[in-house]
Amino acid sequence: MAIEAQFHVLAVDDNLIDRKLIEKLLKTSSFQVTAVDSGSKALEFLGLQEEEQRNHHPQEMEVNLIITDYSMPGMTGYDLLRKIKESSSLKDIPVVIMSSENIPSRINRCLEEGAEDFFLKPVQLSDVSKLRPHLLRRKAEEEEEKPQRNIRKRKAIEESLTHMLMEDLNKFISIEDIFGELNYEFSHKRWKFGS
Amino acid sequence: MDVGQLQRQFTDYTASLFREGFLDDQFTQLQKLQDENNPDFVFEVVSLFFDDSEKLVNNMAKALEQQTVEFKQVDAHVHQFKGSSSSVGAHRVKNVCVTFRNFCEQQNIEGCKRCLQQLRHEYSLLKSKLETLFRLEQQIIAAGGSIPMVE
Repeated sequence: MAIEAQFHVLAVDDNLIDRKLIEKLLKTSSFQVTAVDSGSKALEFLGLQEEEQRNHHPQEMEVNLIITDYSMPGMTGYDLLRKIKESSSLKDIPVVIMSSENIPSRINRCLEEGAEDFFLKPVQLSDVSKLRPHLLRRKAEEEEEKPQRNIRKRKAIEESLTHMLMEDLNKFISIEDIFGELNYEFSHKRWKFGS
Repeated sequence: MDVGQLQRQFTDYTASLFREGFLDDQFTQLQKLQDENNPDFVFEVVSLFFDDSEKLVNNMAKALEQQTVEFKQVDAHVHQFKGSSSSVGAHRVKNVCVTFRNFCEQQNIEGCKRCLQQLRHEYSLLKSKLETLFRLEQQIIAAGGSIPMVE
């Protein structure tokens, strides 16, 4: 049974109306949405997501895309972007920035920092509909890479196992040597206590 | 009044709101997002907008009444208001916000106070007009009709 790919988007915006709007736009485009009102709440959610994955509940919480407003009090969208790209576990999640101000230097800075795209507010359905094909393409690329990744993983495991075995084998051999020497020692010496 | 007449009234009234600059294309975008799953979407967003606006305008007023006006603080509120009004298609309100922000930058208190008054005026005007529009919608639905689709 083919199930349409479900993508989970984390939307970040401090403005209540904009949050409602982006949520609706995303839901209309068949995305699963979690909307938060700050960068720190976003990181909290993503940290929680990391934990869930470690506890083997990946499907429910996995975030496939983050869309964030640029101008937010405290942590800006740019700050959030940087934090995500600096995190080894989060850096591969695509990030889209939204802003009401069309400032080329701002846009460039975000793209240079690794933002996937930049949407001018108010965000339209046509903007959001660009996201799905992009995510599907990424998913397809990841799927292609999977068998290759599995082969590489296997090789790495085999190599480390071999290494471990060789180490143990060597230890075993040296213990044999030691026992050999000890036997000789014991047979030629008296125990201090026993004497 | 029959359904047809109500629907025509609705269409004409909507057209006038656009013509007079109260609403812009973004409002149409909101209407397009409304569907059977979310039949009250526009009403919900607009209601949120008016509630939020009330708070923002009061915050602006308080900030402007201070002995020493914190223009950055005032500007932050105006920026929020500009964002929300832009997102709902409240065209005239948004334009006042743009002017307001310029006065904040210039630290022109008189200009700011004038803008605040204008904001209050524009936003209550828009509120009553949208209330009329929603009332018309409800009358159409009550009469068994459907809301005419926006061009």
